[in-house]
Amino acid sequence: MRRSRRQFLGWTVAATSGMVLRPLVAQDVAADTAQVQGDFLRDPSSVGRLRDTVTAIDNDPAIIAIERQLRCTCGCTLDIYTCRTTDFTCTYSPALHKEVVGMFEQGKSAEEIIIFFVDREGEKILMAPVAEGFNMAGYLVPGLAMATAGLVLAAWLSRRRVAVAASANVPDAAAPPVDPEAMARLQRALDEVES
Amino acid sequence: MTYLGQFSLWAAFLVGLWGGALAFFGRWQERPALARAITRSSYALCAALLVASIALWKGIFGHDFNIEYVAGYTSRNLPTYYLISAFWAGQKGSLLFWAVVLSIFGALAQALTSTRFKAMLPYVAGIANIVTIFFVAVMLFADTANPFERLAFTPPDGRGLNPQLQNPGMIIHPPMLYLGYISLTIPFAFAMAALLAKQLDAGWIIAMRKWALTSWLFLSIGITIGMWWAYVELGWGGVWAWDPVENASLLPWLTLTAFLHSVMIQEKRGMLKRWNMALIVGTFLLTIFGTFITRSGVIASVHSFTQSAVGYFFLAFLLVSGILSFTLLYTRWPLLEPESQLESMVSREGAFLYNNLALIGIAFSVLWGTLFPILSEAVRGTKITVGPPFFNRVNIPLGLFLLFLTGVGPLIAWRKASLANLRRQFVLPVSGGLLTAGALVAAGLRNGWALIALGLAGFVFVTVLQEFWRGIRARKAMHGESFVIGLVNLVSRNRRRYGGYIVHVAMLLYFVAFTGLAFPAKTTVDLQPGQSAELRSPFGHTYTFTHMGVSQYTALNRRVSAATLEVAKDGVRVGTIKSEKRQHVDSFGQPTFEPSTEVGIRSNLQEDVYVVYAGSPDGTERASYSLLINPLVAWFWIGGGLLTFGGLLTMWPGGPQMKTARRRAAPQSGYAVSMAGAAE
Repeated sequence: MRRSRRQFLGWTVAATSGMVLRPLVAQDVAADTAQVQGDFLRDPSSVGRLRDTVTAIDNDPAIIAIERQLRCTCGCTLDIYTCRTTDFTCTYSPALHKEVVGMFEQGKSAEEIIIFFVDREGEKILMAPVAEGFNMAGYLVPGLAMATAGLVLAAWLSRRRVAVAASANVPDAAAPPVDPEAMARLQRALDEVES
Repeated sequence: MTYLGQFSLWAAFLVGLWGGALAFFGRWQERPALARAITRSSYALCAALLVASIALWKGIFGHDFNIEYVAGYTSRNLPTYYLISAFWAGQKGSLLFWAVVLSIFGALAQALTSTRFKAMLPYVAGIANIVTIFFVAVMLFADTANPFERLAFTPPDGRGLNPQLQNPGMIIHPPMLYLGYISLTIPFAFAMAALLAKQLDAGWIIAMRKWALTSWLFLSIGITIGMWWAYVELGWGGVWAWDPVENASLLPWLTLTAFLHSVMIQEKRGMLKRWNMALIVGTFLLTIFGTFITRSGVIASVHSFTQSAVGYFFLAFLLVSGILSFTLLYTRWPLLEPESQLESMVSREGAFLYNNLALIGIAFSVLWGTLFPILSEAVRGTKITVGPPFFNRVNIPLGLFLLFLTGVGPLIAWRKASLANLRRQFVLPVSGGLLTAGALVAAGLRNGWALIALGLAGFVFVTVLQEFWRGIRARKAMHGESFVIGLVNLVSRNRRRYGGYIVHVAMLLYFVAFTGLAFPAKTTVDLQPGQSAELRSPFGHTYTFTHMGVSQYTALNRRVSAATLEVAKDGVRVGTIKSEKRQHVDSFGQPTFEPSTEVGIRSNLQEDVYVVYAGSPDGTERASYSLLINPLVAWFWIGGGLLTFGGLLTMWPGGPQMKTARRRAAPQSGYAVSMAGAAE
């Protein structure tokens, strides 16, 4: 009950302040945007924490490209850009985004920004390991394993084929002579059926 | 009810143990009554676990919050349909769900399998029992894994279900995946039974084929619904994030797909017996591996259950099952000699082998990428992240190779393809692929991977069309049937083959949709009511989004803040889209979780308009949005429907296609003798 009363008081304060402040805010924003100023929300807490206003740099492709290479440190396994535009409860990705924007505005290159984060957070902040040293194994082993398996398979099959061909060349005394023309007809018919 | 639940779990454990012990150590081969007792232990195990499940459901529906699981995953105001899904929403409940479904499958395997295979059934019962009682043992003996655990007090209301799980997709997705995972135990049990009974012709394949297809279908549907849930619920606008738990569901699907292809070679030609055995064992082990990843917390994932000691049980079970299964396979190795040899690499057998190579290669690369962070930490002591960029880089070429083989396989004749055969078969599909790629280049597409993917999709599509067309034409020539009657008869008389082709089309649709999803348009904006933002789609349309305002209201167990946008495409109004913030509350009106987001989507065959209400910057109706245009997403869901249809068609009972395999299955008495004789 105590919490409900507190909630009621909160709403009352929000509604009252909305009524009082609204004309002021509306005047202020109307000068900027000439848009309709919306009402204060009856229950702002239901839409999560208040958000920073979106600016043009938030959608800058260069910023997005950097953030897509860096993992959010909240433990969500998403990159910073995806996390900050998806998980609106996360407080880490907006903070990391601000850092990226800050360094970008200071004129640092993408490479410098990424190196800064790797130095501070470790290699795990990269969404994919750098293709060097031991990490090369990560990139190359699947392809090499598959290529090796393919070669082994091809070698094994050709050896088997030789064995089959050799056994097929052994004349069977009991078998009647085969008419090549009939065999060709049979093969054509089989091709037709099996295709 | 918890006493009844506990008692039922113990009863299930003891009955299952008894059945399993008798199956492996009892001399039931000479005693039909004992063999029957073993198979009946499956029914008793199932009955005991059904009672345990009813006990848990009674606790859930009765709001018995003294049961820790009920208090942790439900609340008084949780809608009824989510009370049902709460059964498998948490670690403990999902363990019971796994055990009871496996026991039902075990009982069905006994009830539905032909008496021709009765010599294998006690082994099948024994193996299914052992796997089931492993899950029961985890519930009984692992810390905090018992769903009937009681609290020291009774809270007035439960915590409720995680909002992200309060989605229709989550009622269907987990059970479907579980059904796929769980039902894989039955093909594994048949494979082990065949090895133990030394009945290693095609008989075990006939006995378990439907089970393998069932597992594959459940896994496919489960994965697709999981993709849909991720798309409509998580708000990032994608369907697959290469998360370790997602990868864990893909791994057995890949190996099972390889098995379903290679087993055809065993049925037709008596080849690849060892390979098929290894594949089915590997697939089963991958389901346990996936469960280990999901439940141990050893690898970071957004989907996993909380870290617990349960993981060690699964790791131990994985190791023991792997060692025992492969040891058994090794001891039966000589009995698995092929009945014929590959005559040419340019043959359907050869294409299937390379298809297997591609599928296993992808499975290996996914497994490798999933485990590489652990390996890196062990070798270098450095933690790394292996995320989507890695998996895309490694798997896209392999996936395209697989798509290529999907088109090649049906075009090559069995045994040996002649040059004339190849020319005749390939002309149209290759032309179709080239035309598709050419048309896309003319339309302005310049991305190489996308061109290859869509060109190959064209190649595969024309391959399948050609197969259908030739079949219908042949029926018209032989029986004078019309196009429609010819099509119906063609498919119904060879459901497996043509059902498979429909699945191939479904898969190419997935590839098309994945290709489209690589070209999203995305922006974030803040809008006052009446203010607009524009976004240009990859297909060149300009969408205008006008913010209408935010309304707040209460619905069911949540307080909703709904932000509405009016959408116009190229200046023409197409309608409104609503995205919501939901603050879930308990029955006392207290918030239970952080506010969650419900995305708004308007979909057509070309592209999806995808809107996410991120919140408000200043507590007013001014709203922050993520706006996305995702091309071709609808084709995932069309592909999913087609895949289900094709899979069901393939599984449908009857049809003449099983005759070849049945011919290969020797009469019951002759099995072991002839095979052993051939090998020795």
